[in-house]
Amino acid sequence: MAASAAAAIGSPLKCGLISSQGFSGSTRSFQWRKNEKRNVRKGCRGVITAKIDLRPPPYSLDALEPHMSRETFEYHWGKHHRAYVDNLNKQIVGTELDTKTLEDIILLTYNKGDLLPPFNNAAQVWNHDFFWESMKPGGGGKPSGELLELINRDFGSFEGFVNEFKAAAATQFGSGWAWLVYKANRLDVGNAVNPRPSDEDKKLVVVKSPNAVNPLVWDYSPLLTIDVWEHAYYLDFQNRRPDYISTFMEKLVSWDAVNFRLEAAKARAAEREEEEERKKTEYEDNQADLDAREMYLESSDADDSEAD
Amino acid sequence: MALRTLITRKTLKTTTPLGFRGLQTFSLPDLPYDYGDLEPAISGEIMQLHHQKHHQTYITNYNKALEQLDSAITKGDASTVVKLQGAIKFNGGGHVNHSIFWKNLAPVREGGGEPPKASLSSAIDSHFGSLEALVQKMNAEGAALQGSGWVWLAVDKEFKRLVVETTANQDPLVTKGPSLVPLLGIDVWEHAYYLQFFGFLAPGIASFNIPDVFAPQLQYKNVRPDYLKNIWKVINWKYAGEIYDKECP
Repeated sequence: MAASAAAAIGSPLKCGLISSQGFSGSTRSFQWRKNEKRNVRKGCRGVITAKIDLRPPPYSLDALEPHMSRETFEYHWGKHHRAYVDNLNKQIVGTELDTKTLEDIILLTYNKGDLLPPFNNAAQVWNHDFFWESMKPGGGGKPSGELLELINRDFGSFEGFVNEFKAAAATQFGSGWAWLVYKANRLDVGNAVNPRPSDEDKKLVVVKSPNAVNPLVWDYSPLLTIDVWEHAYYLDFQNRRPDYISTFMEKLVSWDAVNFRLEAAKARAAEREEEEERKKTEYEDNQADLDAREMYLESSDADDSEAD
Repeated sequence: MALRTLITRKTLKTTTPLGFRGLQTFSLPDLPYDYGDLEPAISGEIMQLHHQKHHQTYITNYNKALEQLDSAITKGDASTVVKLQGAIKFNGGGHVNHSIFWKNLAPVREGGGEPPKASLSSAIDSHFGSLEALVQKMNAEGAALQGSGWVWLAVDKEFKRLVVETTANQDPLVTKGPSLVPLLGIDVWEHAYYLQFFGFLAPGIASFNIPDVFAPQLQYKNVRPDYLKNIWKVINWKYAGEIYDKECP
């Protein structure tokens, strides 16, 4: 934990994962942290287990005062997040999930919506890591560069985006999360693959999710999140969720992290497009071969009939 | 945060007619006891926030949604009518559920925590084996509920049978079955217990200084299970018995 903690203060950003559920079916994850090792293999009396770690936030627990108190972090990270990690490890030890990455565990246990027991813990571990890294001391302000251009393009204006994000966070009834995501060639319906992708389908959208669900399961690339479970804001704001959301936007958001994740998301999407293009060409080549063979067979039939 | 117990009572007023068509809107029902009367099981601070802020907000937003619904119905705006269903279910459900909840609780001096009697008691024994078994079952289901919601003891008025159910968010019990009548509901949203069971009012749990990233292993307290274990000390079984007797005479 010490090694990853030291690295955490340096470059703490982690990207969301897109799983390639197309032809290849493989899952790739970009691990940008140095010395990052999501799973720590421990040999203990001959038993190999890959334990998920509790990562600390990339700043000290009082660094976001007065907007998010140290006390909140002590409970939110020190108890809630820790419990998700501990309970997940207890659930996966000795099972086939034990050797998988956290992202793989999430996608497998999401089980197309028919949640398996480890899902809630696994997804909440991931969500909280992502949430801590979505904030920074002295955060807030406005994005710039390409990110701002995309926001203007997809939301009309930065204010338009802020309003939509705040509304999503405020109207997530019950527990859950609000997200800014990069949706690359995916339809607006979760779990649906776009049969005719175009550049117009690549855009930024705001989505919200209940309880532990996150946009990884819909194959989107998360860029930013806010936790709207009551435990995230109750000590500092009690029932005043809208005030908490405003404070988050004005004082805590790390646009650096969002930028970083956007770059990674675009790179991943481009890689996947190349892969799918390659597969398509391969398939078409195969089809051409088959057609050629059939033509050959037909022409030999014609010879036979003439013989009669 | 200092503990403040406000002795306030609001006049009993549950509905207010509004507008030409007499659209009935709602206002916050009075608690039949003072905020501090359920201590130490539930703190006065939580009771006040829960009643004056959370329940009030559900009512305010429910009224707003009802007005918008009324207008949309009048205009024949079908898609707005449908769009409002989520807000109505959530805020209306919040109002319905909390109105029941306040009656499910009573100060010890007024019978809170006293076990059920007569017909409800024997029904519990025959359906669950014993009161302890029922309590354990409700605590287990309440603790296992993911996210926010409620755990209920209900009577199925069609089959004259007691059941334990859970609902998510502010879904009222009827969403689990139209013939289910709530006898007891326990709110397991975090706002129902967070300020109390995370050290604000429990002596000996002071704020500790965690040196940055080298946090020592904290003693994790199972907060929701603790809340559930304690709430039975102020559960109003008398009220539950009255409802039961009405449905199963």
